[in-house]
Amino acid sequence: MPDAAEALTLTLNGEALRVAPGTTVAAALLLAASHARISVTGEPRAPLCGMGICYECRVTINGIPHQKSCQILCQPGMDVRTP
Amino acid sequence: MNARFDVLVVGAGPAGIAAAVRASENGRRVGLVDDNPAPGGQIWRKGAPQPEAARSWLTRLDASGAQRLQGWRVFDAPQPGLLLAERSGFGADECAELRFGKLILATGARERFLPFPGWTLPNVMGVGGLDALVRGGLPIAGKRVLVAGTGPLLLAVAAELTERGAHVVGLCEQASLPQLIPLGLQLLKQPGKLLQGARLRFSSRNVPMFTGCWPVEAKGRDKLESVVVQRGTRHWEIACDYLACGFHLVPNLELPMLLGCRIDQGFVTADDLQQTSIANVYCAGEPTGIGGVERAIFEGQIAGLAATGRTEEARRLGRTRPAMQSFARALDRACALNPELRNLPHDGTFVCRCEDVPLAALREHRSWREAKLLSRCGMGPCQGRICGAATTFLFGWTPDSIRPPLLPARMSSLSACGAAGDSLQQPKETR
Repeated sequence: MPDAAEALTLTLNGEALRVAPGTTVAAALLLAASHARISVTGEPRAPLCGMGICYECRVTINGIPHQKSCQILCQPGMDVRTP
Repeated sequence: MNARFDVLVVGAGPAGIAAAVRASENGRRVGLVDDNPAPGGQIWRKGAPQPEAARSWLTRLDASGAQRLQGWRVFDAPQPGLLLAERSGFGADECAELRFGKLILATGARERFLPFPGWTLPNVMGVGGLDALVRGGLPIAGKRVLVAGTGPLLLAVAAELTERGAHVVGLCEQASLPQLIPLGLQLLKQPGKLLQGARLRFSSRNVPMFTGCWPVEAKGRDKLESVVVQRGTRHWEIACDYLACGFHLVPNLELPMLLGCRIDQGFVTADDLQQTSIANVYCAGEPTGIGGVERAIFEGQIAGLAATGRTEEARRLGRTRPAMQSFARALDRACALNPELRNLPHDGTFVCRCEDVPLAALREHRSWREAKLLSRCGMGPCQGRICGAATTFLFGWTPDSIRPPLLPARMSSLSACGAAGDSLQQPKETR
C-alpha cells in the first residue's frame, strides 16, 4: 500500500482506488485484479505487452474509450471504466 | 500544434536520446517525439534503478535543448518533411504537424509473442511487458512468476523481479544449451556485458533454469493459475501468479515502411552513416538489427552527427561497428526459434487476439494479405503488431504493404490534420 501522504485516489468503475504517484493505469487495473476489456468472443483480457503495442489494456478514461492504459499515468480523480 | 525542426527524432529510447543529444550539440533545432509518458524507451523505463549509461544520457538530454514531445504518437507521413502525431489530453486531444529537414527513426523493437493454449488469459504477459508493469507500479513482492521464451531479457527480468521480492519459480529458455554457447563466447570479448550477465545470474541464483524448455499451456479460470512446460519429452505443471513470456524482439518497422525505407530480411537498410534508402531519413538502433543498448547508443550518435553534417566525426565513431555487429549476429543465432514451437498453438488457439481469429481459420490461406482479407487476422486495433510476427514464424508470411493511419487515431486528429496533405487514400507498396 502506497504511503498515505503520497497516494492519489482515482476511481475504477466507480470504486475508489488508491495508488502511488507514477503508477500507470494498467498497473492499477492489475492491482485491483480487474480485466481491461472483453474480447470479441467474450474473453476477459488484461495487459500483454506493457508498451502500447497490443491494445489489450485499453479502457475508458474520463469518458474517452480505447485509451491505452499502459501508457497513461494515474491522476487524482481520474475515472476509469472497464466493461 | 505545429512545429518545425532541423532534425526530428522519432523514439526516445537509447538510440533516439543519443541521436537527439548529438544533433543538438551545435545549435540545431531538434525535436524528440515519443509515445511514452517519459523518455528512456523500454530499456531505460523509469521505476527501477537506472544503469550509469541511462543516467548519463538522460542528463545530457535534459541539458541538450532538444524539444521533447512525450506522449505523442506518430500516425502518418503524408508528404516528405512532415509527420502527423496525436496525443490524448482527456478533453483536449491534440494533433500536431511536425515538419523537419532531417528525420531520425529510432522506433525500437517490441517483443515477439507466439500463441499457445491459454496465452490470452489475464496475467499472461510479455517479459518486458511484466517488467514495464512492475516499473509502472504493479507490486510484485511475494508473487510467483514464471519467466519463459527466449533472449537475454529473460535473465535480466528474472533478476530484477527477484531483487524486488518476487518468487521467480522458473526460467524456461527455448534455446538449447549448445545454441547459447557462441553468445557466451562473444560475451568473453566484452567484459562489460560479461560482468552484467554475471551480476544478473547471481541475483537470480536461486531460480531454477531450464534450456530447451517452453510453455505449452497456460491454465486458469478467469486468470492464470498454472503453466504446463515441456522439455524434450517431459511435461510438468508449475503453479504461478504471472507468466512472463516473450520470444526475443522484432523491430518496429511500421513508420520506416510507410516512409518507403528499404527493408532487407526484416530490418531497415542503413549505410555507415545510418542513412536509409530515403533521402534525409536516418535509422538507428533495433530497427536496423537487434543488438542491444550499446549498439543503439552507438548508431544513434552516428545518426545525430550525420544528420547535422558532421560526417567525419560520425565515421570516426563508426570504427567500432564490427564488434557491435558480431554481438548482434551471435544474439540472433542464440535466439533462433526451435521449429517445434510452430506446434504450440492448437486449432482453437487464438492467433490474432484483437479479432479472436483461431489457428484453424488461418491454415487455408496463402499469404498475410489473404488471411487479413478473409479471416480478419491482423485487422484489429494493433494492426497485426502482435500476430504479424507470430504468423511470420508459423507460416512465413510477411506484410506487403502498410497504410496510414499507422495506429488507431481519433477522427478529430484525422480531420484536423487533413489539410496538411492527404495520404490516407494511398497505400504504399513496399516490396
